Amino acid sequence: MNMNRRALIVACVLASGVAAAATEPAPGAGADWMTWRAADDVTNLASLQRGARNFMGYCLGCHSLKYERYSRLGIDLGLTPQELQQYLIPPGDKPADYILTTMPAGDAATWFGKTPPDLSLMARARGADYLYQFLKTFYVDASKPTGADNLRLPVTAMPAVLSELEGLKRAVFRDEQEMTADGKTMTVHVFDHFEQIAPGRMSAVQYDAFVHDTVNFLDYVGEPTQAERRALGIWVVLFLLVFTWLAWLLKQQYWKDVH
Amino acid sequence: MALPVPPPASPPKAGGLVAWIYKRLPVEEFIREQATGYYAPKNFNIWYFFGSLALVVLVLQLATGIFLTMFYKPGEATSFDSVEFIMREVQWGWLIRYMHSTGASVFFIVVYLHMFRSMMYGSYKAPRELLWLIGMLVYLALMAEAFFGYVLPWGNMSFWGAQVIVNLFGTIPLIGPDLVLWIRGDYGIADATLGRFFALHVAAVPLAILLLVVLHLVALRHAGSNNPDGIEIKERVGADGHPLDGIPFHPYYTVKDVVGIGVMLVLLAIVVFFVPSFGGLFLEAPNFEPANPLSTPEHIAPVWYFTPYYAILRAVPDQRLGALLMFLAVALFVFLPWLDRSPVKSMRYRGMLSRGALAMFAVSFVALGYLGLQPAEGLYVILARIFAVGYFAYFILMPWYSRIDKVKPVPERVVFHEHE
Repeated sequence: MNMNRRALIVACVLASGVAAAATEPAPGAGADWMTWRAADDVTNLASLQRGARNFMGYCLGCHSLKYERYSRLGIDLGLTPQELQQYLIPPGDKPADYILTTMPAGDAATWFGKTPPDLSLMARARGADYLYQFLKTFYVDASKPTGADNLRLPVTAMPAVLSELEGLKRAVFRDEQEMTADGKTMTVHVFDHFEQIAPGRMSAVQYDAFVHDTVNFLDYVGEPTQAERRALGIWVVLFLLVFTWLAWLLKQQYWKDVH
Repeated sequence: MALPVPPPASPPKAGGLVAWIYKRLPVEEFIREQATGYYAPKNFNIWYFFGSLALVVLVLQLATGIFLTMFYKPGEATSFDSVEFIMREVQWGWLIRYMHSTGASVFFIVVYLHMFRSMMYGSYKAPRELLWLIGMLVYLALMAEAFFGYVLPWGNMSFWGAQVIVNLFGTIPLIGPDLVLWIRGDYGIADATLGRFFALHVAAVPLAILLLVVLHLVALRHAGSNNPDGIEIKERVGADGHPLDGIPFHPYYTVKDVVGIGVMLVLLAIVVFFVPSFGGLFLEAPNFEPANPLSTPEHIAPVWYFTPYYAILRAVPDQRLGALLMFLAVALFVFLPWLDRSPVKSMRYRGMLSRGALAMFAVSFVALGYLGLQPAEGLYVILARIFAVGYFAYFILMPWYSRIDKVKPVPERVVFHEHE
């Protein structure tokens, strides 16, 4: 990538604050949430830079990326050391440090009931789609200790920390009759749709982009070498194809003698 | 038929280093016995690639494995982190690790096809029973090697998979519980278990596999290769004393095997570089979470190459009987040379009974492999029972159907299609 274009991305991505916007009705109202896809693309550096900024701003308070160093981020995301220091490294941390939360694990366990998990490998363990669906299906539930629950991970210990951006949603359930294995019918609550009950600082479209970028970033952190892996793979496979073709020609020559 | 004899290699210069070595080490004799003077049937088809491919994968696993041990640190507190360190911070560590993890699966694909070839062409029959038995020992050692290796990354599936497999030994009457304790070295799968599995994976079992592979090759060279027609080429010898239907292994099969190696490496590279997890079949998603004795994965399933046996284990309601049948499913291969009463070797000249039984076995094996990956419930269990019956019927009914099966006359010479 040439320097001008890269610098432009960095300037646009990192310097911009989160724009305030009026709320819009959520598209689809969420009935099809299980089919939502993260549409991740780890070669999109602008998206990864925005995702890194989102992570440092909204996730790092509780979650670590204990296998990733800031310096690695700088190299892989196309940032100069100055940009890295200015936009991504929290005060007090050095570039060679691993990305660790400052929240003490013992306190976290007391506050949330469990220590917030390290997110380095979450995209590999659960999949990017899972993370995308998780961050988009929080809803208000006064019966829960955090005041919120989640469709992807019911009874999650995580509070709806992004509701500041997304606004508040209510989940509407309908009752359905279901046959149990022993032939009785029982009533089950089935999720029907979301209702926006309070606006956040972002529109639905903006929040969706925010989640896409953040999940894309976590996908990258899950396997930082994946873009390099695919790029190199094309050449390796091409080389092996040529090699195999030559070997086949040689074999045909030798086997002409066999009758 | 006379092959053009390649000009003899010029004798090493007297007084030179090569001559000095040749006088002290049987290099020339070795090359002649193993390659240029070893006559293999000329009618090998695609199924005959998998032996040499298995050897290539073995070398690949040894080479990548040696590099992995340089950074891998066995231990409850270090295993998982050290694998991630290899994946992220060791130069080319990700490539070495993916080659090793993909190589494990490729090893089994190649070995299963290699074994199926023998079952198709009757390669286990006299005079190759010992060759087959040694091969079975290689297979057993390979299963142990794969199991120990799978535990080492210390992901959650490593942990729970080890838990399930090790506990199977607990179903053995009387000694079971003590045996399990002895294997684990602790009251659970723990630090002590990791240490010994590491030692077995990187030293003991690879040494056993190497020794067995050498024996396998020695037995092969001695008895001579079988072929798709199941004809003993040694029985028709030409004026030059070599089998009429044989060609020197080198250069004809070495140059041919290089093509097979190329194809395999292309496929291996596609997986390593583009789909290293292979949809969760080669690297399972729950294994990207560290081992956690308090959190059981939703479905515990071994890696795909063990799932046919795992499906048999789960198809039986009684755990002890299930474990017994599972071990039996592996052990039955050993008896094939004596279960098979057919007068001909190759499926080409056997009747519909033998062919049907082999097809039933192949379908059952693949279906059980699929079912072993599914949760053990409902229709899956019923299907697993049906296919388990198919699997065992192939072996148990063999003395009967292979004897009464109508066989075709076997030609005197191998069937060979010339290259243009």
